[in-house]
Amino acid sequence: MPFFGFKGGVHPDYNKSLTSGKPTETLPVKAGDKYYLPLSQHIGAPAKPVVAKNQQVKTGELVAEAGGFISAAIHSPVNGKVTSISHVIHPMAGRMEGIIIEADETNDEFEPISDEGTFQQIVQRAGITGMGGATFPTHVKLSPPKEVDSLLINGAECEPYLTCDHRMMLEQTLKVIKGAVLIKEKLNIKNLIIGIEKNKPDAIQIFKRYEKEYGFELVPLYVKYPQGGEKQLIKACLNRVVPEGKLPVEVGVIVHNVGTAAAVYEAYYDKKPLFERIVTVTGAVVTPKNLRVRVGTPILSLIDACGGFLGVPKKIVMGGPMMGMAVTSVETPVMKGTSGILVYREEDMPDLTKYPCIRCGRCVDACPMLLVPSIMDRFVKKEMYEELEQHHVMNCIECGCCSYVCPSRRTLVGGFKTSKRHIMQRIKERGAKNA
Amino acid sequence: MPDRKFLVTFSPHDRHPETTNKVMMTVVIAMLPIIANSIWYYGYYAVKGYVLTTLFCIGFEYLFDKISGRPVAIKDNSALVTGLLLAMNMPAAAPWWTMLVGSFIAIVVSKQVYGGLGQNPFNPALVARVFLLIAWPVEMTSWVKPSPIIHGFLFDTVSSATPLGTLKSDIIAHGHVVTANLATYTDQIIGNVSGCMGGDGAVFVLIGGLFMMNRKVISWHIPISFLGTLFAFTGIIWLINPQRTIDPFLHIVSGGAMLAAFFMATDYVTSPVIKRAQIVFGIGCGLIAGIIRIYGSYPEGTGFAVLIMNAFVPLLDKYMRPLSFGEVKK
Repeated sequence: MPFFGFKGGVHPDYNKSLTSGKPTETLPVKAGDKYYLPLSQHIGAPAKPVVAKNQQVKTGELVAEAGGFISAAIHSPVNGKVTSISHVIHPMAGRMEGIIIEADETNDEFEPISDEGTFQQIVQRAGITGMGGATFPTHVKLSPPKEVDSLLINGAECEPYLTCDHRMMLEQTLKVIKGAVLIKEKLNIKNLIIGIEKNKPDAIQIFKRYEKEYGFELVPLYVKYPQGGEKQLIKACLNRVVPEGKLPVEVGVIVHNVGTAAAVYEAYYDKKPLFERIVTVTGAVVTPKNLRVRVGTPILSLIDACGGFLGVPKKIVMGGPMMGMAVTSVETPVMKGTSGILVYREEDMPDLTKYPCIRCGRCVDACPMLLVPSIMDRFVKKEMYEELEQHHVMNCIECGCCSYVCPSRRTLVGGFKTSKRHIMQRIKERGAKNA
Repeated sequence: MPDRKFLVTFSPHDRHPETTNKVMMTVVIAMLPIIANSIWYYGYYAVKGYVLTTLFCIGFEYLFDKISGRPVAIKDNSALVTGLLLAMNMPAAAPWWTMLVGSFIAIVVSKQVYGGLGQNPFNPALVARVFLLIAWPVEMTSWVKPSPIIHGFLFDTVSSATPLGTLKSDIIAHGHVVTANLATYTDQIIGNVSGCMGGDGAVFVLIGGLFMMNRKVISWHIPISFLGTLFAFTGIIWLINPQRTIDPFLHIVSGGAMLAAFFMATDYVTSPVIKRAQIVFGIGCGLIAGIIRIYGSYPEGTGFAVLIMNAFVPLLDKYMRPLSFGEVKK
């Protein structure tokens, strides 16, 4: 399989060795602990609660149903009692509607989901979303409106520090492969391609062993961030360019994370809904670990399981250092898309002294979407949204390469994120006017 | 649960170690071979020049920031770079007050009044040089014959024309190149010819330039397209009529061509951010420099060339923007 690569990108310090050699440990459920389930853990409409306060629930029992087609169901991660249906902490929204469950004695058993209906319906019933972080409901991706000839399984894990996908590929190799093959067969897709970055040679070696038997192509990927970006991965592996504003289906491809493939396997064969995942807890904690945790576990429990903070924590990031969200509270729960918890001390923080933009052009060279961040940033400061739209800010994948390389420490990607929201609003208003 | 206040910022949370003040420092380090070379040939005069322009530039930066109530920005090292570049663009024997005026023009008139670092459309050191050249042509063209430091740190100056100046006057007087009056390649490359403090000594400029490329502070696009175009343009004229001008090799190593290509045209603020626009920018610089050298009345045109192309930077960046990933051409 040839490797085509993509333009732009950066080479951050990966720091994966903190946890890459550590087998996943399971974080046990303690009776009395509270689990927080925000109703919006995915892209799309929030889920709707189907339980009442004080109701007893079992692990795997449906507690909130999908709020539409582009939405995902939520299941109880533990045996326990619903103590409140009000607000929980959410890293993006601050506070958000959610369900709080107090755990009783909980073991590995769970309420199986029904296996009636189509493959897509089963996946939908299991509440699976993209496990890589973008959390797009998986059943939507599995219902392509166009013919798809290639299924790309994303094992790049290009975010520094994170090793949850790496561990999954090593420890649950066959689950990942069989899940991928299942999707391939159910959707009648011709090619199955699994891409793994070359900084995980052990994972590549294991997958290589099964390449012939399961009929997939293994593509060792050149190590560069954001190799695991959907559009970048498609360009790198298949040399296809997804048109601006379109989904990968447009070029006959669907992309799934390795964790998603494994979750699909579990939903279909084990009737297991999505209520737990692997999270890499790393940075300034005493013993960085890969932990299998229930969705809804507050991150403090994860940090405690790693021996607590090392030194004085200054910033806690949910996800990786490039795209992760800084959280305000240790009560923030692990969600379906939480791949990592990264703790920074004051001394781990990079020098953030701001200077004026010197137009060095590093951001322009780093942008994998071939945008011109330095020029666009001037429009952001002046709220010139039309110019930003003309400079294709909507094509920005928010990977953060521009801010990462900026020697003047400008908040480039931060400005684009906020501007994109404004522009979305304007587009909506324009549509409403024309209608 | 212990409630701590955590810092919340936009992602990314890690940053590349390169910062603006470090970039500027790398440029200063890249200038060291050139500075050493000027001190070797101009001794006391070079030391005086570099010290004065640097002090004046940093002083004006400090004063302007103080008076205008902005945070003092001398920490970013950009005034230091401007000061050193200004000295390189002046004759060794230029009087101290031209350095004072030049620093004022560079820092205040061509940078700070536009809004400070990153906002100036023209290269500050070059604006100052051109201003001084037009305002005090005698002082700015009183070239000193280089005298290696082993012959004395403070020496009696002997005035002498620059090789390009000699060439120009020969062509005006005789209508053709007088080969006997040309500088040798060796003298030109090591800087043993009269001229601006930092312009000659092509090899030292090249070392600095390659160092900056190695440290990824500059890319090849501007220097190569600049020098390549100057080489090609003067080469064609020379091939057609060798009496009209010197050979293209001598062209790119004489005067300020090397310094302009590696240190002046590559100034981030006043050059395009888009790579293919940088190539057009470099071609423009090389072409204008060649035209001025051969057809203009000034013997050297690289400074003007860079300034003229500086004016086109916003247009180049606007119209040469690459299609973004997956963008459909309208």
